[in-house]
Amino acid sequence: MKSLILRTAAPPIVGVMLLFSVFVLLRGHNEPGGGFIGGLIAVAALSIYGIAFGVETVRRAIVFHPLAISGAGLLLATLSGLVSMVFHVPFMSGLWAYPVILGQEVPLSSVMTFDIGVYLVVVGAVTSIALSLEERGED
Amino acid sequence: MAVSTSPADLSAALVLQPVAALDWLVILPVAWCIGIGAVLMMVRHKGFLQPLIAVAALAVLVGLDAVLLWHVAQSGPVTMVMGRWLPPFGIAFTVDLTGALFALTAAVVALVGAIAAIDDINASGRRYGFYPFLMLLMAGVSGAFLTGDIFNLYVWFEVLLISSFGLLVLGSEREQIDGAVKYGFLNLVATTLFLIATGYLYGIFGTLNMADIARKAPDLRDTAPLVTLTGFYILAFAMKAAAFPVNFWLPASYHTPRIVVSALFAGLLTKVGIYALIRVSVMLFPFEREQLSLVIAVVAVLTMLTGALGSLAQTDTRRLLGYLVISGIGAMLAGIAIGGADAIGGAIFYALHSMLVMTALYLAAGLAARLGGGFSLINLGGLYRDHPLFTALSLMLFFAVSGLPPFSGFWPKVMLVKSALDSGAGWLAGALLLAGFLTMIATGRVFLLAYWRPAQEGSATGQAVLPPMALLPLLVLTTLSVLIGLFPETLLALIKSAALTLDEPSAYLNSVFPAGSAP
Repeated sequence: MKSLILRTAAPPIVGVMLLFSVFVLLRGHNEPGGGFIGGLIAVAALSIYGIAFGVETVRRAIVFHPLAISGAGLLLATLSGLVSMVFHVPFMSGLWAYPVILGQEVPLSSVMTFDIGVYLVVVGAVTSIALSLEERGED
Repeated sequence: MAVSTSPADLSAALVLQPVAALDWLVILPVAWCIGIGAVLMMVRHKGFLQPLIAVAALAVLVGLDAVLLWHVAQSGPVTMVMGRWLPPFGIAFTVDLTGALFALTAAVVALVGAIAAIDDINASGRRYGFYPFLMLLMAGVSGAFLTGDIFNLYVWFEVLLISSFGLLVLGSEREQIDGAVKYGFLNLVATTLFLIATGYLYGIFGTLNMADIARKAPDLRDTAPLVTLTGFYILAFAMKAAAFPVNFWLPASYHTPRIVVSALFAGLLTKVGIYALIRVSVMLFPFEREQLSLVIAVVAVLTMLTGALGSLAQTDTRRLLGYLVISGIGAMLAGIAIGGADAIGGAIFYALHSMLVMTALYLAAGLAARLGGGFSLINLGGLYRDHPLFTALSLMLFFAVSGLPPFSGFWPKVMLVKSALDSGAGWLAGALLLAGFLTMIATGRVFLLAYWRPAQEGSATGQAVLPPMALLPLLVLTTLSVLIGLFPETLLALIKSAALTLDEPSAYLNSVFPAGSAP
């Protein structure tokens, strides 16, 4: 779309939205949020970018094909479940680690990696749909 | 990294004993298929890598399912509850012999399909994602066979449905879109019915765990409308399994996709419906099945006969085979209608036989089309003279699907007819035999026109010779069918004890709720 206003406003909006999507993703463990909704916010950001600068720009910006991102997320989610095998607990048990980074305890868990997997699946799948719809619209 | 230690007593909520390595086989087939499917999605543009990875992965899947079957045969039903939560709160995967047998056969069919697809699916089909869809389809199919939770069963139905949409429209031709719309719409209606029934069930039982439902059903029988509920489930699964009169989606769609896709669908999809029907009507609601048995029997007879008659009326070999799939479903339904371990065993055996043979028949139709230049019986001809080995394999498959000895179709038919006669339903036995006879005529007609008759003047001709690799999938499946027909003892013993576990599910219940742990 050739709108100067949108083109000027898009980069900061997209940046803030992407950052916010990660915030929602990580917040999801104990409060409203999570991988699915975080992923949708990220897709909304990429869509705005696509409307402002064209689909090709978005495809270059995300480097990988959207469906490859989806696949990576699915693989990450599956592997988060399979980690349980090492600890002799059933599939998809929540496993935690508390490393201290820069004097701050950071709780990490297989639940979180699973959620990141969901985030990537949603980002990949819905971006793929959104981009091909926008491509049709451009013709 | 360690499992969190907490001062609270967790034994009331979590599974605390360590999980044996072999028990992981319960979930591994599903996790493996999803993982490999994800990897294949990531390398979607590497066309040559796709079949390599997929065939190797499916070979591993066959191995996993075989070891799982061995494990279940050795030590009875195996359960794993996701996320350590105690059943019925966690989602349980419970595998008994029935589930393991179905899963193994499905994996064999998928492996053969993947090998056949190396030839049949071109570069654009690969880029479009045939192999990732196939792996995700197998994740759905394996999940449906292995899960012990009825809502989870619904989820796996959705997974396999979505993957099958993808496979169905591979190529995006006008005809395929048309088939996919009919297939998709009617299947979505069926899954919605399934979901409604499950909501209803949850309202009655307050649990979704199959073992828990089977345990609670006797107490609720007097107060809750369980026959209605079972009727809902039977309708939903009959639609999935393509039983008369809710089977019009199958002939409308199975002839449209690539032939390998048709073969996989014929082998896998309707049988998942039959499996679910057996699981719900035989294990969960045996008393209600008894009440509805006459309805199921009438549906079974109509399905068998309309299927067989429909196949007599077709000239397109793929459509003809679609009707044969339906006719087979009728035979399985007859087993469910009769009830009792023998008849259920017959239904299970028939389903396993049908998975192998229907896939093989579709592959044979594909090869016949490549050699003879089309799927129409009007133009085909002369295959017998030019391709004796292929003709021999096809003829064996025709015999197998008609239920003649010494092929795999014979034993289940014997079991079904015998138990029909034992239960005093002579008309059902007569219908089973009549359907077999009509199937024989229908396949005999194909043999006569496409194989025996000399090649037609002026009709389109296909390739003169097949690469030897192209016959391999057909050879594997036919060999399996012959072996099962000649040496059925091991399989019969497994199927008998599978049917006994379904009929008297105390071993299944025990696996989910070990004695004394019941809430």
